[in-house]
Amino acid sequence: MEKRDLVIIGGGSAGMAAAVAAYDKGVHDILILERTEFLGGILNQCIHNGFGLHEFKEELTGPEFFTRFVKQVEERGIEYKLSANVVGVTKDKVVTYFSGEDGCVEVQAKAIVMAAGCYERNAGAIGIPGDRPSGVITAGQAQLYLNAYGYMVGKKVFILGSGDIGLIMARRMTLEGAKVLGVAELMPYSNGLERNIQQCLKDFDIPLYLSHTVTKVIGKGKLEAIEISQVDERMKPIPGTEKRFEVDTLLLSIGLIPNNDLLDKAGIEASKTRGAKVDSRMMTLSAPGIFSAGNVLHVHDLVDYVVAEGRTAGEGAAAYIKGELKPSEEGILTEAGKGIGYVVPAKLDLDAPGDALEVKFRVSRPSKNVYVVYSQGGVPIKKILKLAIIPSEMEIYKLPKNLLKADGGPLTVSLEPKEEK
Amino acid sequence: MAVELTCIVCPRGCHLHVDDDLNVTGNSCPRGAVYGKQEVSNPVRTLTSTVVVEGSGHLWVCPVKTDVAIPKGKLFDAMKEVNAVKAKVPVHIGDVLLKGIAGTEANLIATREILD
Ligand SMILES: Cc1cc2nc3c(=O)[nH]c(=O)nc-3n(C[C@H](O)[C@H](O)[C@H](O)COP(=O)(O)OP(=O)(O)OC[C@H]3O[C@@H](n4cnc5c(N)ncnc54)[C@H](O)[C@@H]3O)c2cc1C
Ligand code: SF4
Repeated sequence: MEKRDLVIIGGGSAGMAAAVAAYDKGVHDILILERTEFLGGILNQCIHNGFGLHEFKEELTGPEFFTRFVKQVEERGIEYKLSANVVGVTKDKVVTYFSGEDGCVEVQAKAIVMAAGCYERNAGAIGIPGDRPSGVITAGQAQLYLNAYGYMVGKKVFILGSGDIGLIMARRMTLEGAKVLGVAELMPYSNGLERNIQQCLKDFDIPLYLSHTVTKVIGKGKLEAIEISQVDERMKPIPGTEKRFEVDTLLLSIGLIPNNDLLDKAGIEASKTRGAKVDSRMMTLSAPGIFSAGNVLHVHDLVDYVVAEGRTAGEGAAAYIKGELKPSEEGILTEAGKGIGYVVPAKLDLDAPGDALEVKFRVSRPSKNVYVVYSQGGVPIKKILKLAIIPSEMEIYKLPKNLLKADGGPLTVSLEPKEEK
Repeated sequence: MAVELTCIVCPRGCHLHVDDDLNVTGNSCPRGAVYGKQEVSNPVRTLTSTVVVEGSGHLWVCPVKTDVAIPKGKLFDAMKEVNAVKAKVPVHIGDVLLKGIAGTEANLIATREILD
């Protein structure tokens, strides 16, 4: 069997950042396996700008951003294989991949970084009632067709879900001459970034229907029309509120899910996000030497944080390969308390480098004037006032290590309303 | 005419009110005032799109952007010009594919390297 120090699954931003970081820490026997024909991952189709404000202090487009990382990979001579699809991973760190060139290959790795990104929820996932015509596709698929092949999927478009990909596509298709009739969002607030609501919808007078969902898909063979309805507090459609739109395309922008099937199948414990449970170095709790970073762990809105996570994983993997990192039973488990959707990592590792440990989380719903409370074993250790906090932006807090006690019990993140004086 | 807008400079999303004399209220910090003034007096956007690329065995189109932001009102005029542009391999990031797009100072530049 082929042997490698480090195998990286996925050549997107997280995978490339991990490879570069591990290389710079002295591990040079690295193999990146990438399923598609290109490095860069999802950024191949994200031609809009808004990437890299933290990383490079400039606003780049997706392709400009990933090209800088490809250069870093190539400058170091890090080996990568394209059109190489990983089909299996074991807890013992055997990676099986398939490529047209090599056929089916098994590689024994000393460490693995899982960086396989995420996939989109599709129509099956929400069960829209009505016909099953063509013309109903995910926003990311439509983005790939248009931005990689120059093919427009439709001329009269409606979008279900206010996720960022849908918003970006609303603008892109409008500029290409399509008519986007509206965006329906089930929740009473948008799931996209405010700047995208402004620059992708308001700029082009595209209406956003909050607390609305698609209640009917109409068309034999081809999509002809859709019907949307307002929903009540329990998300049930309210009869009599139906609106009909004649469209040839319905884009779905209803959420992204970590593409973690490989680790799931290997029997590695998953968290609330459906990514693996990891510690502060991004190492999975139930399989030492297997690391996870980027959208495969939890869905990110900023590539800068994906890159930072990739680096942590790459550095951790290098330390593990060199025998400097021993899996420990100790560490502080984390929990999502009141108002919090999820917390990453699942375990804080006081031995991890630095004076502070990163805690990343998303809130369950938008709130104003609240404290984010960090408590250990039920005792508050830090309170931070937030004037506004929203689910569409991931929060990162560097929790000083000296506030934590090794035997102080689990760390809970929760929201507490600010008391009015 | 007074305008209401949401500041997009940071996640707080303050609701700005900009009056006829470009006085901004509702902002919680100075950055909001700068944004509000610019947005009402001369809103500008960076246009990103794709153009056909000839001679590549892997890609049909090449992503492009305007090298500086252009007035919002010129976006559709600029798109008409973008759609007539063709690139030829090899393409490098920053290659100028069209000068002075839609009568502005901005150039259309390639944002991807396509060598073959
Ligand atoms: C539409 C959209 C717009 C965005 N806009 C912005 C923005 O404006 N600004 C910003 O900062 N961030 C933005 N983001 C977020 C950020 O850019 C992404 O979250 C980030 O690029 C994800 O990187 P990743 O490496 O985790 O995943 P990906 O880039 O998805 O990379 C995963 C890679 O793994 C490969 N892979 C998957 N499975 C296998 C397998 N079995 N074998 C081999 N390879 C495999 C895939 O082919 C892919 O190349 C946006 C994201 C999206 C989707
Ligand atoms: S005004 Fe200041 S605080 Fe308010 S959203 Fe804009 S940048 Fe943020």
